[in-house]
Amino acid sequence: MSTDTTAFLTDSTLCIGCKACEVACKEWNQLPDDGFKWSGNSYDNTGALGHSTWRHVKFVEGTPEAGIGGNSGEQLPAWSFSSDVCKHCEIAGCLDACPTGAIVRMEFGAVYIQPDVCNGCSYCVVSCPFGVVQRNVDDGRAFKCTFCSDRQRAGLEPACAKACPTESIKFGKLDELTAEAESRLQALKARGIHDAVIYNPTETSVGGIHSLFLLRGDPSSFNLPPQPEAPVIYMKKGWTSAAIAAGSMLALALMSFMGARR
Amino acid sequence: MPSLGTSFGRGGATTAQQDLQFSDAILIMGSSMAENHPVGFQWVMEARQKGAKVIHVDPRFNRTSAMADHWLPLRAGTDIVFLGALINYALTHGKYFREYVVHYTNAGTLLRKDFKDTEDLDGIFSGFDAEGKCYSPETWNYDGAPTTQSRNGKHPGHSDDTGGHGKDRGGEAGEIDQHKEDPTLQNPRCVFQVLKRHFSRYTADLVESSCGIPKAKFLEVAETFTSASGPEKTAAICYAVGWTQHSNGAQIIRAAAILQLLLGNIGRPGGGILALRGHATIQGSTDIPTLYDILPGYLPMPFFEDDSDKLSEYIEKHTPKTGWWANFDKYVISLLKAWYGDAATKDNDFGFNFLPRVSGDHSHFGYWLDMADGKMDGLFVMGQNPAVGAPNARLERKALSKLKWLVVRDLVETETASFWKDAPEISRGELRTEDITTEIFFLPAAGHAEKAGSYTNTQRLVQFREKAVDPQGDCRGETWFMYHLGLRLKKRAAQIPSVRNAGLNALTWQYETEGPHDEPVAEDILAEINGFKTSNREQISGYKELKNDGSTACGCWIYSGVMPSRDQNKALKREPKGRYGHGWGYAWPSDRRILYNRASARPDGEPWSERKKLVWWDKDEKKWIGLDIPDFTETKAPDYKPGRNAKGDDALAGDKPFIMHQDGVGWIWVSSGLKDGPLPTHYEPLESVSTNPLYPNRLISPVADKKERSDNAYAFPNDQRFPYILSTYRLTEHHTAGGMSRLLPHLAELQPELFAEISPELAVQLKVKHGRYVTISTMRGVIEARALITERIKSLLIDGKTVHQVCVPYHFGYKGLVTGDTVNDLLAISEEPNVRIMETKALVCNVRAGRIPHDKNDLKIWRQELGRPA
Repeated sequence: MSTDTTAFLTDSTLCIGCKACEVACKEWNQLPDDGFKWSGNSYDNTGALGHSTWRHVKFVEGTPEAGIGGNSGEQLPAWSFSSDVCKHCEIAGCLDACPTGAIVRMEFGAVYIQPDVCNGCSYCVVSCPFGVVQRNVDDGRAFKCTFCSDRQRAGLEPACAKACPTESIKFGKLDELTAEAESRLQALKARGIHDAVIYNPTETSVGGIHSLFLLRGDPSSFNLPPQPEAPVIYMKKGWTSAAIAAGSMLALALMSFMGARR
Repeated sequence: MPSLGTSFGRGGATTAQQDLQFSDAILIMGSSMAENHPVGFQWVMEARQKGAKVIHVDPRFNRTSAMADHWLPLRAGTDIVFLGALINYALTHGKYFREYVVHYTNAGTLLRKDFKDTEDLDGIFSGFDAEGKCYSPETWNYDGAPTTQSRNGKHPGHSDDTGGHGKDRGGEAGEIDQHKEDPTLQNPRCVFQVLKRHFSRYTADLVESSCGIPKAKFLEVAETFTSASGPEKTAAICYAVGWTQHSNGAQIIRAAAILQLLLGNIGRPGGGILALRGHATIQGSTDIPTLYDILPGYLPMPFFEDDSDKLSEYIEKHTPKTGWWANFDKYVISLLKAWYGDAATKDNDFGFNFLPRVSGDHSHFGYWLDMADGKMDGLFVMGQNPAVGAPNARLERKALSKLKWLVVRDLVETETASFWKDAPEISRGELRTEDITTEIFFLPAAGHAEKAGSYTNTQRLVQFREKAVDPQGDCRGETWFMYHLGLRLKKRAAQIPSVRNAGLNALTWQYETEGPHDEPVAEDILAEINGFKTSNREQISGYKELKNDGSTACGCWIYSGVMPSRDQNKALKREPKGRYGHGWGYAWPSDRRILYNRASARPDGEPWSERKKLVWWDKDEKKWIGLDIPDFTETKAPDYKPGRNAKGDDALAGDKPFIMHQDGVGWIWVSSGLKDGPLPTHYEPLESVSTNPLYPNRLISPVADKKERSDNAYAFPNDQRFPYILSTYRLTEHHTAGGMSRLLPHLAELQPELFAEISPELAVQLKVKHGRYVTISTMRGVIEARALITERIKSLLIDGKTVHQVCVPYHFGYKGLVTGDTVNDLLAISEEPNVRIMETKALVCNVRAGRIPHDKNDLKIWRQELGRPA
């Protein structure tokens, strides 16, 4: 992992659910709306990450105390928010799966889909361990967060981080933010928030991510898989099976010829 | 903001949003700050990171509550019970900051013997005129104050001596410098003791039975908040229209002011009251007002009957002998010089009689009801969408059809501009397009990046912005429109030199222009607002240079200093320095970020504590210095004592931080300036499901104006037809009446449909399923919305009875990418007595499952239910 690469640290303990990141992302990247459909799911009407939503604030609704609210001390907040985004994995499933070379790694660590090369095969969609990439059925191509590569090249921080009013989305060097996440975790624990955790799956086959999260409770309640794996790890097994299958077929074929000679 | 004005001296937030990070506790009430002020909310988050306790009191558990340490759901409209109980807690548990209270407030001042409290008169103060439904504030005066020729408050305007917007500057020109004081606070007639008795029945038990907040939870929060005050600590209060938009809204804010004065939290870092404003430059629109009854800089507009036609008598009436307002004449005369230039001479009273006179209630509701009655010819609507955004919107839309002409200037064709074809009244058959004779002119406006100008934000910070691009096509900015309209009106008036046109003919209307459309240069207007010497048009450096002899002109005295020279626009500066970011914009007055900051030091001039130091007396330099610009005469020593005949600011001693007030102290007791009492008292909202727990015979505020008429009807007290409480609010994703958000796809998709938040208990009772429609009705109108059934709304136990609250955002209308019923159809036009604002936060309604019935039989059943002829 290069130390010069950049990253997001999304601190969901600071997120107020204003969705400014979603709007800023759509404005900068000129993304279309998702349609005007009321979901009835908390205040979240954009649902999930997709081809037209590259930042998505998830609303996780708990239940305020019966009759009276309050979320002090150990108790989980009754309503928590977290802004999800492409993880820009070190071992990126989408990148490995892309047959056309449309998905590339940028100099600051971003996993980037070149829209002019993508042929819409959707291999990346099924290869993403986080369910981030989505194909636009009208257009045929796959889309996801670009890590605001255009802005980063111009020396600007990504639009979502720029718009965040509470600094819930931080942007910076990966190693610095990794250290910051750790010190922030300690600070939260010192304040009595013992369920705070860092989400940064370096031990799994994705080999680390460029979108770190700091959150309270179980990451899976924020749609973050506990053990994300790059599909590439299944390939050895797959190739082995294929080789065994091919070998046995060859053997069978040879055996049948040998039988015929007799 | 007469409550902040009367309590402290100026009608503006006492603090800055950035200062919240220094708080030890923050009470957010009457506001969902995280949702409606997300950018400012970062400082609340910052404080919380440092260990401050955040308390949110609101009927809804919303995004602010999610970020708070404590959320207390209360029955809408019981804010004064809650705050009164906090005051009582601070008094009875010895939590008040005694030294601060003794020196910096009027707690020790003695009151007249003939004053009678609401506790003595079963819910009214002495001086009540039952016939006129108004108070004469005579008996509220300090003991020893000379008898003034006070009138009762029956006059509709804000600037008569019993209150209103004119009172944003504090009390009327009474001489209260001869009052008597008891620094021991023991005299039974002193403010402190009267206060104690007044709030003695506001107990934790009352909070439980009336607000619906469990006693133990209230006591925990009361202890938390009041403990975060004193020499070493400070606590802040943030509010927004959740307090203002009540029939006693000004008194709710007064209760907060009293609490903060008792706790010693005004003028100190991390303290104060932050009035969160709902729109860009709403603060600016009262500083340089769009109101009918004040002039720029909180100078009272002359009234036809009550004010003399002689300038000297008008000045005499409105000028106190002591305190900063002794300079009143300089500000008025400089304003007249700015407006009328050479035509304003000493001989013609500087054109005082060019000013129109207020002749009645010409507030929004006053003239809108006139419009409904066919008394108005024409109307300009700019920066407003009353067909959606105003209460009893159905009445307001129908009133528009009575006009001869209507001009709407906006970014898009709003509901107000298209009511004649799109309003629900057309589809319901209440109005027919072919019958509407109103001639409507729609003029396209420029967006904020397409025009130069300034915003004054919530903390009085004036920020200038430059134009980024030219507006397209026929779109024009406001300054262009008003300037050219003015030129045309002046041209017309010049042909008819009648007395009526004298003011228009005398008006100075020369501004530098630029560009192909002769756009006036916004900085040229700012230069006039700042003020200049009339002899050589040299800019002045601040309001201290203003004179009463016509040698200076100034468009708004409190802004003076924003542009001390033509090449120095301080509102455009973006070089923040120090703790409060001085050098970024310009905060009125004189770039002071925390008002009354002399109170951050002890009477002897030393900071109360190292941790909470802000401004202090430097003994060597012999002046006030610190982290903010002192809101005090810089060289006035802490031990300064005024001479016997001292006038103005010189009459205030060196330990009197509230320099706008005649006595230099914060007013726990407001002897004049408010129409509904010297102290806050709980009354039920104009429509309520409960009785008044304190005064069973006095349900609602005796002086609120219900404007009751057949098209603005109210439910009866405890009306079984409308058993639920209704409260309206705003979402982060939309802007007010939606004209700027419902047509932007990236905002519209986030909140695409109108919904009503309903508790699971009520949903079971109504047999309504999540996501299905409910129909909500009041005496004014009917709407339908999706049911958002959520635990975030709590049913409350009030006096042993379960009370349900229904909360609805009001952003939707009949135009734009996403549409929905207009929630404001449900509201009544009513007037709080001081600022004439409607009650939107606590009403009663009925809710039933299903959509609005269109079948005739259904409608018949409905009408029968409502007790009206079918």
